[in-house]
Amino acid sequence: MTKQAANWSPYDNNGGSCVAIAGIDYCVIAADTRMSTGYSILTREYSKICKLADKSLMASSGFQADVKALQKFLAARHLIYQHQHNKQMSCPAMAQLLSNTLYYKRFFPYYSFNVLGGLDTEGKGCVYTYDAVGSYERVGYGCQGSGSTLIMPFLDNQLKSPSPLLLPAQDAVTPLSEAEAVDLVKTCFASATERDIYTGDKLEIVVLNADGIRREYMELRKD
Amino acid sequence: MESNQAKNSLLSSHDNIQRTQYPYVTGTSVVALKYKDGILMASDMGGSYGSTLRYKSVERLKPIGKHSLLGASGELSDFQEILRYLDELILYDNMWDDGNSLGPKEVHNYLTRVMYNRRNKFDPLWNTLVLGGVKKGQKYLGMVSMIGVNFEDDHVATGFGNHLARPILRDEWRENLTFEEGVKLLEKCMRVLLYRDRSAVNKLQIAKITEEGVTISQPYSLKTFWGFSAFQNPTVGAEGSW
Repeated sequence: MTKQAANWSPYDNNGGSCVAIAGIDYCVIAADTRMSTGYSILTREYSKICKLADKSLMASSGFQADVKALQKFLAARHLIYQHQHNKQMSCPAMAQLLSNTLYYKRFFPYYSFNVLGGLDTEGKGCVYTYDAVGSYERVGYGCQGSGSTLIMPFLDNQLKSPSPLLLPAQDAVTPLSEAEAVDLVKTCFASATERDIYTGDKLEIVVLNADGIRREYMELRKD
Repeated sequence: MESNQAKNSLLSSHDNIQRTQYPYVTGTSVVALKYKDGILMASDMGGSYGSTLRYKSVERLKPIGKHSLLGASGELSDFQEILRYLDELILYDNMWDDGNSLGPKEVHNYLTRVMYNRRNKFDPLWNTLVLGGVKKGQKYLGMVSMIGVNFEDDHVATGFGNHLARPILRDEWRENLTFEEGVKLLEKCMRVLLYRDRSAVNKLQIAKITEEGVTISQPYSLKTFWGFSAFQNPTVGAEGSW
């Protein structure tokens, strides 16, 4: 008799959606708090947003264990950076570090889909989106995770950012006010939750501006 | 030909590394919840060899150090290896003799790293672990899967328990359950699992951890009722074509 092998995969998709919007003097980073595996919900209260430095936050979906490993690694690197430079890492620097970290595992990737949001050295909002192996781009708004296919076209429609092909380069930050951006994010998730089974339970919104960090929560569908 | 053989023998040491590709003897669900004074955890005592019920008195709930309680489902030999790791961890921590001791949060984090590290080596420990504990008035309840996925919650359940027990827990769990209410709720979950999970057996233990320490109950059985007519004659009203 051949042994029926219970197969295993080193990866899992724990789902979740992440959105970030950069404004002229703020940045909004949001993600739902559901963690799933297959058709099961593991927990309804898992924060996908991680504070990497004073002015950079990362929201990640994908494989939770890889995301956790990535967060731990970045935290360790940031601690070293602080000891060496006696300051917090800037968001653009953190963006490059994240890209390098992801690419370092190009042939056994971190299965994590990240958006990095924060304020750059001039205090302007910045958002970086990534793929799992480290390709990245600075954008005005970004979206990753299981509901990204539902949210991204909606953001495109609402925010109409200038083409990155334009010369001279146009600023990609959105023209919305902070309150409008927060409202837009809420709408995005309320809609994504309707159709994406991996998005739901609760929305965590983190707003970063000159005053510091603020957190908000909104309940989402639990089914 | 010769060079081929030489190559083979050189490689063979490399080829012969054995990794767990599938589990042998497994335990089924563990269910745990927070209650007023700490954590309650329940598991049955079956050890399945595939679909054969091979062992019937396996203790799958174990105290770890002074403040933690570990429950395991999955490969039982891997669980025993994990227990050896933890024994060493607790021993070496104790040897500092500084009055400090690892709490449930630290032990859970350690397990998280062990599980993830082994999956990175493509040699996983085939378990889902539940870790509960109380330290300095802080209740802690978390879970780790065989590939390192981990989280905390007010109530957790592994395997079938996630499908059958957690909906009950989500319905009936409260922050300030008394010990008696907690046990009753766990027994309700275990009874459902007993009826519907074929590898569950009617011999279980419930463990309690509070600020005072761990107490694991003697094995006992749940009262069941199999007298439903649908159980006695399941084909009545559902006649097949033959």
